[in-house]
Amino acid sequence: MKLGTTIGKRLSGAAAAINVVALSLAAVCGARAFAAEPVVVGGKIFTEGYILGEIAAQTVESATHATVTRKLGMGSTGLLFEALKSGAIDVYADYTGTLAEAILKRPDLKSLDDIRQALGAMGLTISGSLGFNDTYALAVKDGFADAHGLKTIGDLIPIQASVRAAFSYEFMDRKDGYPGLVDSYHLNFNPQTVNRMEHSLSFQALDQNAVDLIDVYSTDAKIKKFGLRLLEDDHHYFPVYQAVWVARQSFVLQHPREWQALKGLEGRISAEAMLDMNAQADIQKVSFAKIASQFLGSEAPGSESMLNGILLRTREHLWLVGLSLLFSVLVGVPLGVAAVRFQTAGQAILLSSALIQTVPSLALLCFLIPVFGVGTKPALAALCLYSLLPVVLNTFTGIRGVSPNHLENARAFGLTRPQVLFRVVLPLASPTLLAGIKTATIVSIGTATLAALVGAGGYGAPIVSGLALNDVPTILTGAIPAALMALVAYGMFEVIGLLLIPAGLRRRG
Amino acid sequence: MLELQNIYKAYEGKSVLTDVNLVVPQGATHALIGSSGSGKTTLLRITLGLIPFDQGYVKINGQALLSFTPIEWANRIGYVPQDGGLFPHITARNNVSLIAKLRGMGKSQIDDRVEELRKVVDLDAAILTRYPHEMSGGQKQRVAIMRAAMMDPAVMLLDEPMAALDPLIRRSLQQELKSIFQRLGKTVLLVTHDLGEAVFLAEGMTMLHAGAVVQTGTYGDFAQRPANAFVTQFINAQRTLPDAAVMS
Repeated sequence: MKLGTTIGKRLSGAAAAINVVALSLAAVCGARAFAAEPVVVGGKIFTEGYILGEIAAQTVESATHATVTRKLGMGSTGLLFEALKSGAIDVYADYTGTLAEAILKRPDLKSLDDIRQALGAMGLTISGSLGFNDTYALAVKDGFADAHGLKTIGDLIPIQASVRAAFSYEFMDRKDGYPGLVDSYHLNFNPQTVNRMEHSLSFQALDQNAVDLIDVYSTDAKIKKFGLRLLEDDHHYFPVYQAVWVARQSFVLQHPREWQALKGLEGRISAEAMLDMNAQADIQKVSFAKIASQFLGSEAPGSESMLNGILLRTREHLWLVGLSLLFSVLVGVPLGVAAVRFQTAGQAILLSSALIQTVPSLALLCFLIPVFGVGTKPALAALCLYSLLPVVLNTFTGIRGVSPNHLENARAFGLTRPQVLFRVVLPLASPTLLAGIKTATIVSIGTATLAALVGAGGYGAPIVSGLALNDVPTILTGAIPAALMALVAYGMFEVIGLLLIPAGLRRRG
Repeated sequence: MLELQNIYKAYEGKSVLTDVNLVVPQGATHALIGSSGSGKTTLLRITLGLIPFDQGYVKINGQALLSFTPIEWANRIGYVPQDGGLFPHITARNNVSLIAKLRGMGKSQIDDRVEELRKVVDLDAAILTRYPHEMSGGQKQRVAIMRAAMMDPAVMLLDEPMAALDPLIRRSLQQELKSIFQRLGKTVLLVTHDLGEAVFLAEGMTMLHAGAVVQTGTYGDFAQRPANAFVTQFINAQRTLPDAAVMS
C-alpha cells in the first residue's frame, strides 16, 4: 500500500511537471503574437487548400509587408483546427459545412452569423464567404453514366447492389456525408463494394475502372481532367460549403490590417474561378504560388530551384531522423536494460512502447499538436515515440538471449554489475541491439515523410503536395530521395556493424 | 587450503545441503563426485560465493568467505566453468587478461603473466589471437585454466572439465591436466560425476548424495570399504574406469 501511494505521488508529480511544460509551451505560443513574429497561414492537404493558403499568404504579404510562414498541406480538418486553437497557425481557409458539422457538431447551423457566433465561444471567428460553394458531390465516368442512364443520385438505386464505390474517410464518417446520404435517398449499397480510400487516390481508382462511383468536391479540377459526371443532388441533401477564412479572435484584434486584407477577398472568388485555378494546378501543373499571384494580379514570389528544394528537404529530413534516432538510442537502450532488470516494470515498458506503435501516425500527430504546436516539434516527438519500440524490444531480446552461464561466470570472476553489463551483456547483445536501431532508423526515414502533414517539411512535403495534385513527378522528388536515404542508412549500419559488433560474434553462420 | 565446514542450505524450506564437510589440503587435488541432483552444483556455487548459504563456513587458508568482498574472494579462487565458459566475443588472450585489466594490472605485467601461464598449460602462442569458436575443446579448456590462474588464486575450482570432450581427446587431456595441476602447484577442487576422472586426477575424493556427504577418502577406501549401498552402486555403474586406476 505504501509503495502504491509513493508511486501515486510520483505519478501526480510527473503529471504536474508535464502540465508546467505544457503551460510554458502555451505561454511561448501566446507570446509569439506580441513579438514581430511571422503570420502563420495554414492550408488543408488538397489542391484548393494549397491555393487558398497561398492566396491568403500573398494577400497578407502584399497588403502589410508582414512576414508570412506557410504551413500548407497539413493533414485533416481536425489537425488544422487544433493547430489554429493552440496558436500554431493564425489563419486558414475552411468551409461553413465543415465547421458546423465536423468542428461545432451543430449541423443545424446554416447561416454564417450562426456559425460565427458558435465559434466565438471557442475564441474563434470567420470572415464572410469568399464567393464559392464547394460541396460534396457524387461522380461517375461519363460512359458509366450513359450506360446506366444516371442523372441524379436517386438513379443509383437500380444498380445499388453492384455499383463499386470508393469514398474518402472523411465522407464515410461525417453525418452530412455517406450515412445521411443513404438515408435521404433510401440507398442500400452492398457494404462489400463500398471502399474507404484516401481521397486523392480514388480518382485513379475510378479512372482505371477499379471502382464506378466516388465522392468529390464540386470545384475539383479532376472532374474535368478525368471526364466525370456529377450526379445531381435533387433532394438538396448536401449542405452548403461556403469557403471562409477562419482565425482566432485574438489574431484579428492584434493584426487588424492583415485581417482586413483577407476580408477584402470576400465574395471575390467565384466557383468558376476556383475550379479554373484548381485545374491549372492539377492539370497544367502551374505552381500554387503562381496561380495565386495571377489571381491577385501580382508578382509571384521567387520559387526555389529543384536542387535547392531537395537539399533543403534533405536537411529537414536528416534533422528529424537524426534527432529521433539519438533519442531512441539514449532512451530506448536504457529502457530495454531496465525491462530485463525489473520484471513488472519491464512488461509495462514493453507494453507501452508497443501501444504507442499501434496509434496511427496521423492520430498521434493530432494528439501532439495541442502540446507542441505545429512544425518540427510534434513531428519529432512522434518520431521519437515510434522509434522506441524496435530499440527497446531488441535491447530486451538481445540481453535476454545472453546465456545465463556467461552472466554467472562473470560474477564468479568478480566482475561488478556495470562491468558485467558493459563487458559481457551489451557486447553479446550488440548484434540484436544494432538490428533494432537499424530498424528504427529505416522506419523513421519512412515515417518522417508524414511530418509534412504538420508543417515540419522534409521529403514528405513534395509527397504530400504531389499526392494532393495527383502529380507523380512531384511525389517522386520526395519519394526517391527518401528511398535513397534509407539505402544509405542501411549501408551505414553494415559498416557500423563491422566496427561495433565484436569480431567473435560476427563470423557465425 | 580449502575448507567447507558444516554447510547447510535450503530452498523454500526444502533442504538441499545438510552438514557438508570437505577439506582440500594445501597443494592437493580433490574431487567432489556425485550424480546430477546430488547438490554438487549448489555446493560449487556456494564455494564461488555466488549464492548465500544458511549455516557453516567456506574458508581459504583459514579465512572465511564472508569476511571478503566479492572481488577479493574472486581473486582467491580461480574458476574454470564447464566447457571452459570462454566469452565468445573476445579473443583467447582477452579472455585470459580481462579480469586482470579490470583490476587495473599493468600491460607489461599482464603480458608476462599470460606468457608464463601459456607455457604452464603448453598452448601454442598463435591460439591466443583466436576467438573461442575457432578453437578446439582442448584449447578452450587450456585457455580457461589460464584465465582462472591469472590472478594467482590460492584455490582452483574446475566444473566437469572433461564433460564436453570426446573420449580420445579426454584421455590425452587428462594426462595433460594432471601435469598442469602439478606445475601450477595450486589447491584444486574438481567437481565431476565421472569417477574415472576423479580417480585419475585427484588424490582424495568426497561423494555427495541427496545433499549430504556419504563418504570421503581415496578410491581404495571407496572400493574396499563403501560407506553404503549407493557408493557400491555408483562405483559399479562406472564401467569406463581405467585398469591402472582400479589396480591402485
